[in-house]
Amino acid sequence: MPILSKDDAQTILKKVLSFSTADECEVSLNGQIGGNVRSARNTISTAGAVDNVSLAVESRFGKRSGVATCNEFDEATLRRCVQRAEEIAKLAPESPEYMPLLGPQQYQDSTKAFAAATAAIDPDYRARQIGASTALCDQRKVSSAGFLEDSAGFVAKRNSKGLEAYQQYTNVEFSVTVRTPDGTGSGYAAADYTDASKFDAGRLTRVAAEKATSSMKARAIEPGKYTVILEPNALVSNVDTSLMAALMGSFDARNADEGRSFLSKKGGGNRKGEKLFDERVTIYSDPMNAEIPDLMFSGDGRPQKRVTWIEKGVVKNLYSSRYWAQKAGIPDLPRPGGWIMEGGTQSTADLIKGTAKGILVTRLWYIRPVDPQTLLYTGLTRDGTYYIENGQIKFPVKNFRFNESPIIMLNNLEAIGKPVRLGGNLIPPLKIRDFTFTSLSDAV
Amino acid sequence: MKRRDFVGLSGLAAGALFIPNIPSFAGNLVDPARLLEPGVDAAMKKRLADAGLNAAKAAGATYADVRIGRSLNQNVFTREKQVQGITSTESYGVGVRVIANGTWGFAATNNVTEAGIAKAAQLAVQIAKANSKVQKEQVKLAPVKGHGEVAWKTPIQQNAFEVPIKDKVDLLLSVNAKALEMGASFINSTIQQVNEQKYFASTDGSYIDQDIHRIYPSFGVTAIDRASGKFRTRQALSSPMGLGYEYLSPKAADKIAGPAGSDVVGYKNSYDMLEDVASATKQVKQKLTAKSVTPGKYDLVLDPHHLGLTIHESVGHPLELDRVLGYEANYAGTSFATLEWKAKNIPYGSKLVNIVADKLQPGSLGAVGFDDEGVKTKQWDLIKEGKLVDYEKIRDQAHMVGQNESDGCCYAQSWQDVQFQRMPNVSLQPGKTKLSVDELVKNVDKGIYIAGNGSFSIDQQRFNFQFGGQVFYAIEKGQITGMLEDVAYQANTQEFWNSCAAVCDQSDYRLFGAFNDGKGQPSQSSAVSHGSATTRFNGVNVINTARKIG
Repeated sequence: MPILSKDDAQTILKKVLSFSTADECEVSLNGQIGGNVRSARNTISTAGAVDNVSLAVESRFGKRSGVATCNEFDEATLRRCVQRAEEIAKLAPESPEYMPLLGPQQYQDSTKAFAAATAAIDPDYRARQIGASTALCDQRKVSSAGFLEDSAGFVAKRNSKGLEAYQQYTNVEFSVTVRTPDGTGSGYAAADYTDASKFDAGRLTRVAAEKATSSMKARAIEPGKYTVILEPNALVSNVDTSLMAALMGSFDARNADEGRSFLSKKGGGNRKGEKLFDERVTIYSDPMNAEIPDLMFSGDGRPQKRVTWIEKGVVKNLYSSRYWAQKAGIPDLPRPGGWIMEGGTQSTADLIKGTAKGILVTRLWYIRPVDPQTLLYTGLTRDGTYYIENGQIKFPVKNFRFNESPIIMLNNLEAIGKPVRLGGNLIPPLKIRDFTFTSLSDAV
Repeated sequence: MKRRDFVGLSGLAAGALFIPNIPSFAGNLVDPARLLEPGVDAAMKKRLADAGLNAAKAAGATYADVRIGRSLNQNVFTREKQVQGITSTESYGVGVRVIANGTWGFAATNNVTEAGIAKAAQLAVQIAKANSKVQKEQVKLAPVKGHGEVAWKTPIQQNAFEVPIKDKVDLLLSVNAKALEMGASFINSTIQQVNEQKYFASTDGSYIDQDIHRIYPSFGVTAIDRASGKFRTRQALSSPMGLGYEYLSPKAADKIAGPAGSDVVGYKNSYDMLEDVASATKQVKQKLTAKSVTPGKYDLVLDPHHLGLTIHESVGHPLELDRVLGYEANYAGTSFATLEWKAKNIPYGSKLVNIVADKLQPGSLGAVGFDDEGVKTKQWDLIKEGKLVDYEKIRDQAHMVGQNESDGCCYAQSWQDVQFQRMPNVSLQPGKTKLSVDELVKNVDKGIYIAGNGSFSIDQQRFNFQFGGQVFYAIEKGQITGMLEDVAYQANTQEFWNSCAAVCDQSDYRLFGAFNDGKGQPSQSSAVSHGSATTRFNGVNVINTARKIG
């Protein structure tokens, strides 16, 4: 089924609501088309396509709720889906965290999250892009493995209280790892876009290939505390846990209020209003940002708006469920889609120029929590790590394991570069002092 | 958060308020009674599969396989005194994989009719032909003889889907009540159940009907000291298993005590959730005041529920042949254990290290009769007396290492995902001479006993790793002397396995499980078990993970 227009989607949703006999009913319709192609050893390994539309019905009787889903849209199936949701609701236990469905909401303009060029991607386009990537690596006699994935979709909602929402979106993302034939060098590049017309697999592959050759025959230096320059791929990731996602994923008000978060206050309550980071740290979300246009409503229909989470190092807001917001008497803020960290104008190269002695980290990998109390995480550098002296990259160094907390990291801030889009976020390269490397790795 | 994560959640709309995350491949939410309805019979599935195979051949495929999949999942989630969510899902459809012009093609459909499957087969051939234009390595399959019409079932005693939801909710709420009564601040508990009904047919002449079951009960209990602001959690010592609901009927013979003074109990083929939550609650409170470890070299005594994850990361993954050959370079990474490294005969571990790969072991997550490309499953050696002897392979890889047989490691998480090489069960064999945990600990002068798996991280070639755990006990002069906190160990895979100094005997052997092991792009999840007995490793580097924040 193609991407449904607002009118076509709402027509289906209205019909589904007309079958409801429940106290409250909310219906959501999601559709997505897209595809992917994967390469390794400079050739295509697998390819796939996705085309799916799914309807979810939530029926409520008092504080009992039931959800059923279907992906066929004839009248009999839709009726059966509503009946099933109602049957499940009647059997469900009452939820002590019941909240009535939201009524009509006002959402901001949502057209920027969709780009026709991305929705038009076909198998030939994918083959051309991945072909350009592998051809470049053939030419340079290096070996690549890459992944290209694109999607175009829509989300529509309607409920018995009058809420109505609809938005289209697109996304294309690409990542590539390039390795040298002797196995001593490896480089990586990744990017994501709303609009595929900005995407060029060849350009990104060149970046990865240059990192691969420049990281060959790395030297071992002692682990310890170093000044580091963390490129955006070392701060957020399309495919793995990341230090910045770990930090912002901890801004849940309930966990903080319950005492199981670094944002919990000794004796009770949370640390909203406290200065916990360097005063140059400001992080906000804004679904209208032109670089990372996002969905204008959350999964439960709450509007997404510009919200400041950290301002000049001070915790300004925490997100929560509607239930917890009401119980705790706090602003009802849903978790946003992407984060924006304010930065300056300096590029990574500028940050290197201003560094007397340090390590350039282009990517961090296999990042896992060690202690939720302090948000301590461990992980490793990967795909290009370099020693800097007197403002210049001197030589590649072997990879390190780190044990570090993003809280400590954002207190040891030396400089902030210019933000770039990655994983649906805007994130600048950061220069950090006393970043803790605890051991060496032989991995390339 | 990435937009596709958002989309995955928003599909549940306001239902997300009550229902935790459901994997996108899990399928449609259905009435629990639906999970007990039989699927299509084998004769009908054969007709449907033949429609796909014939269409693929007619379109020019030289090989084709059809997988008709029906995946049933039920999850019950609770916290403290309330049920957070109960989900029952069904996913039904067909995946068709073909070789045309020496290139793989794959397409899937939820239109499970002869016409629908034929159309998917034609699309798969079209994709294969399109990709063949930029293909440089022709697919070469290790031969497999057709098995005809055969069937295999996980040997369960009680289908978990037949147990009333009320019984599961009652069990979890009684687990939660026990924790709260004993002074826990919070507890979350779950039971997850899976039934994969898989029908595989190929142009080799196989028609394989399989009925696969898995279960995973678990909890996390948290203690908070409000005055100091300190909080600690202890996760369950259960393992996900290839068993039915009988796993939740505890038997005394399946309980194995840890070393004297440790208050740890491990579980074999049945699990006592109430007993475990009682000891977890006691331990999590002790963790709040336990001594912070002094960093340095220690002899580690690792229980099977902990060591299983170390085996998974430092042996299971590096011996996946697709990683070794570079197919996973852009995501999970490659491997130090290359063909060139293997040829050098460098010891992977000490002579006590015997590690087998296995797809047969009863009760394990990886046990099936046939893999997802119709290969009959088996057991084989990976590491023998410390030497690497083999890898984990599938049909299109065997020729790359000069072999002509697949190991039966091919798996897809659902009908709509293409099958590829996944980890089999990988297990450390118990010691051949009689050795209990107490006897093993008796000889340790300065050590740490670690039970349960915790934080884990390993590099992209599987050299350098760091592991935490659930509970840690100091060993001094052969005795457990008290609980420790803030423990993590860092090691190099080869140094670690070469420091293996003692392995307890068969009586201590049990399985650990990884229920959601991720690999591939787009990422797929698989479930796999790792058996071991309590094992000693000498002189491992332990770090202290405590930090101060403002």
